[in-house]
Amino acid sequence: MSQQSLAFRDLTLGYDRHPAVHHLSGTVPAGSLLAIVGANGSGKSTLLKGIVGVLKPMDGAILRPASMRLAYLPQQSELDRSFPARVFDLVSLGLWPRRGLLGRHKAEDRDRLEAALAAVGLKGFATRGIDTLSGGQLQRALFARVLLQDADLILLDEPFNAVDHKTVEDLVALIKQWHAEKRTVLVVAHDLELVRAHFPQTLLLARRLVNWGPTAQVLTPANLALALHFHEAWDDNAPWCAPGDTHDHARDDHAHEHHHHAHQHRGAA
Amino acid sequence: MNALYDIIFAPFIEFGFMQRALGGALLLCLSACPVGVFLMLRRMSLAGDAMAHAILPGAAAGFLLYGLEIVPMTVGGLVAGVVVALGAAAVSRLTVLKEDASMAAFYLISLALGVLIVSLRGSPIDLMHVLFGTVLALNDEALGLIGGITAVTLAGLFVFWRALIAECLDPLFLRSVSKLGPPVHFVFLGLVVLNLVGGFQALGTLLSVGLMMLPAAAARFWTGQVISMCVVATLVGAASVISGLLLSFHLSLPSGPSIILSAGVVYLLSVLVGPRGLPSRRSRSLRHRAA
Repeated sequence: MSQQSLAFRDLTLGYDRHPAVHHLSGTVPAGSLLAIVGANGSGKSTLLKGIVGVLKPMDGAILRPASMRLAYLPQQSELDRSFPARVFDLVSLGLWPRRGLLGRHKAEDRDRLEAALAAVGLKGFATRGIDTLSGGQLQRALFARVLLQDADLILLDEPFNAVDHKTVEDLVALIKQWHAEKRTVLVVAHDLELVRAHFPQTLLLARRLVNWGPTAQVLTPANLALALHFHEAWDDNAPWCAPGDTHDHARDDHAHEHHHHAHQHRGAA
Repeated sequence: MNALYDIIFAPFIEFGFMQRALGGALLLCLSACPVGVFLMLRRMSLAGDAMAHAILPGAAAGFLLYGLEIVPMTVGGLVAGVVVALGAAAVSRLTVLKEDASMAAFYLISLALGVLIVSLRGSPIDLMHVLFGTVLALNDEALGLIGGITAVTLAGLFVFWRALIAECLDPLFLRSVSKLGPPVHFVFLGLVVLNLVGGFQALGTLLSVGLMMLPAAAARFWTGQVISMCVVATLVGAASVISGLLLSFHLSLPSGPSIILSAGVVYLLSVLVGPRGLPSRRSRSLRHRAA
């Protein structure tokens, strides 16, 4: 696996000039297993979308080497479950990085796909329609797709939502296996017990960074109180975010970069 | 046996215009029906209808300047269709308006403009021609055009197949592995416009969307896979074309509506007897498997 790290440099991501992730700086060392925790609207999914490149930074930058292979699992609700596709069709999308738009799927691809399905406990499901799967089975299939992608950096957005206890256990085992293989794994999660039990590092977001480090030191009552009581509504009249204003955690030497940036965004609510 | 020959084969063997109509409409099925399947799966079934109206002012402008000539009317229709598709997509991506609403706005403007242009010169009969087409009067030029559109569409679907599937099924995933996500939407809208423009010569702007959507909707009841859905839709379209042309020939009915109504009958039958239609609902409630 690539030994290069992922870094955020004074990163602001958002929608319509309002920040959803505000001035985030830090480095995710290669091989990290990092939980991203925060209330609804705290910027967790937005951060993943920024790393993937679906959302362009309003300010600052996300630094990741071009050679870093990335696998992204969006929230299940982004998927059209009524689409007439078999498990095979869904999982084989994971071959895209290898075969692209036009490359033929080879016999070895088919073998890898079967192996991935077996690894997530869906042996024999290849020809089942995705509309017949339970929420847990669908999530297993999506994990099989991540397996096929064979990525250095794995981003999972709320993979444990609407999934039963046994499935969570199996999915956590897969995540730990990826961690053991020195892949970098970022997981958006809500279940704090689960995070405490399995994730060495935690990033606590409340639009701005609340805390980031070893899980036990981050998930303290004081930090959680801070994270859960931020104002969720945007303030339409929030002042423009000025250089140096709300740099809770950004280093000061980044402040000058604001002057060079074309976009303006509102200050945190 | 002879009667069967007279009813089914003789019209196509003995009359050149019937052969052309059959050839043109079958070619159109080959490309428009799979495009319709994707429109349906993208929940854009009504967008096809809107786009069919949207090409009218372009076709009408071509008609106004050059009379009933296929090339100017086709080019005009293409331009109008692309403008409306791009405009609607751009407004929905850059503003709060959803794509269905922005498309409704654009196509209504376009349709009104089209009717206005036709009325500047033509008689109501000309308007009827533009709206309802004449599959029984396809000339070589029109056949060549439809053939070209079919070739381009099939090539486009072949090349972008994987991206089209991914864009429908899991658009965010596609954007994470490829930059094709947004462009493939526009490529697809381009194919829709192309097929509607090809269809309006044969069936008219209003009915060409019928050959696109009805077979696709019917095929949804028969299979659970996209590729077989495209095949079934094309077969349904072909059967509707043959039956519609024969009805038109023997009963002196207008050809366009006869073809579309034939497809409509197949659709209703599919709802009633298709394995994914109403029967699946009934059997589900009465019986269940042991595991």
